[in-house]
Amino acid sequence: MARISGVDLPKKKTILYGLQYIYGIGPAISADILEKANVDPNIKVADLTEENVGAIRAVITAKYKVEGALRSEVQQNIKRLMDIGTYRGIRHRRGLPVRGQRTRTNARSRKGRRKTVAGKKKTPTKK
Amino acid sequence: MPRSVKKGPFVDYKLMEKIDKMNQTNQKKIIKTWSRSSTITPEFVGHTIAIHNGNKMIPVFITENMVGHKLGEFSPTRIFRGHPGTKAEKAARSK
Repeated sequence: MARISGVDLPKKKTILYGLQYIYGIGPAISADILEKANVDPNIKVADLTEENVGAIRAVITAKYKVEGALRSEVQQNIKRLMDIGTYRGIRHRRGLPVRGQRTRTNARSRKGRRKTVAGKKKTPTKK
Repeated sequence: MPRSVKKGPFVDYKLMEKIDKMNQTNQKKIIKTWSRSSTITPEFVGHTIAIHNGNKMIPVFITENMVGHKLGEFSPTRIFRGHPGTKAEKAARSK
C-alpha cells in the first residue's frame, strides 16, 4: 500500500494516474515525477516496490509543493490580495468572480446557490 | 502573455520623474495621477499616490507587498450600492 504526502493512492490504477489523486499533481507533473524517479508510469500502484515509493517521495519533497503546503500558499496569496485592497481582493471578499466574468447570469460556482429575491411586481404607475 | 522582460515594467514617464524627485529630496507629498496602468515599482513604497478612478482621486498609501501590481487595481471604478428594489422596496412596504 502506497501512501504519499498523506494521501492513499488507489491500488488498482497505474501510478501515472494514481499520483494525480494528490492535490497539486496533475498529468504533466505526475509524468515528470515518474521520469525523475525512474519509475515505469504503467505499473499498477499495488505492484510498486518500496524503493519506487521512496524515490517518488524524494522527488516530490525535493521539487513540488503539494497538499497542505500548497493549499496554504494559495490561501495566503488570496489573503494578500484582500489585505492590500486590490480589486481582485475585493472580489474574493465578496465571493464574486475575480477575472472579469459576467455576473448578470451564471457565475454560480462563485456565488453559490441562487438566492431568489422577491420578484419585482409591476408597479402600478403612481403620480 | 506577460510583458517582455527587456522593456522592464511599465511606469508612466512623468510619474516616475515625480517619484524620483521626491525620493531625492526626501519629501512626502501626495501625487495625483491618472496613469492607472503604471506598475508599482519598489521606488513607490512609502508614498501616497492619488489614483484617478474616472471620477475622483483615491489616495493610496503604497506598501511593500503592493509592488508588482498596477496602480489601477487599488482604485475601484464602480460603486455597488445594492440592487434596486431590495432595500428600497422593503422601506416602501413598511410605510
